[in-house]
Amino acid sequence: MNFLSAFVFSGIACFFAQVILDNTKLTPGHVTSIFTILGTFFGFLGLYDKFISFAGAGATTIISNFGYVLYKGAYLGFQEQGIIGLFSGLLTKGSCAIASVVIFSFILVMIFKPRD
Amino acid sequence: MNLDEYKKIVDNLTPKENKSKNALVAFFTGGAVGVFAEIIVTILLHCFGVSRSESYLWTCVIVIFLSCLSTSLGFFDNLVTKAKAGLIIPTTGFAHSVTSAALDYKRDGLITGIGANVFKLAGSVIIYGILSAFFFAILGVIFYG
Repeated sequence: MNFLSAFVFSGIACFFAQVILDNTKLTPGHVTSIFTILGTFFGFLGLYDKFISFAGAGATTIISNFGYVLYKGAYLGFQEQGIIGLFSGLLTKGSCAIASVVIFSFILVMIFKPRD
Repeated sequence: MNLDEYKKIVDNLTPKENKSKNALVAFFTGGAVGVFAEIIVTILLHCFGVSRSESYLWTCVIVIFLSCLSTSLGFFDNLVTKAKAGLIIPTTGFAHSVTSAALDYKRDGLITGIGANVFKLAGSVIIYGILSAFFFAILGVIFYG
């Protein structure tokens, strides 16, 4: 059942993104930014926790999850350290995605040559 | 030739994109990525004894690694043109934009090339993610305490 809900959730997100891409003049950059902002918004509403318990990795693999973990980091940072926690905590959970992207892409780009 | 005739010719020559087919393709590829991630989570949970929240982090790293690898090997671009949003909305799109920017600007050197340009496309996701997360976190603190 987990696989089905992961498929449906992730699929529906991509479906809406494709509809936006096809019917407006927005670029993929716009759409991914919109989905990230939606992730923070749903995190704020408390819905994204429910998405994750419903769809599991289907919800954590799409880019909205990045917005959600940023929100979660800032919110939990405030709980621990007060106002400075908003700043110091914001990137703690999102660090996984940013750090791995930078590290892997740099190492791999050093190894492989760009195609012409 | 007047303007109307010209427009007709342009309309006939512009490749028609089948919107409903595109959306279906995005649905199935996006769903496939979700299922793939869920399979990794299940393997990690049962074979390696990783906790559920950690398994999501591992899955994120693995998916990003695979995306970076296939981009630098050169076949991810073809997949994106076929699957469209199905591979852009998952984290694969984020990793793809960073790696392809790094590949494109490699010849300009380490600092002015790769260093200055890797976040050219992914930068907007990070910037607006941080701004909106900060804003909503303040609202969250006000509403939920």
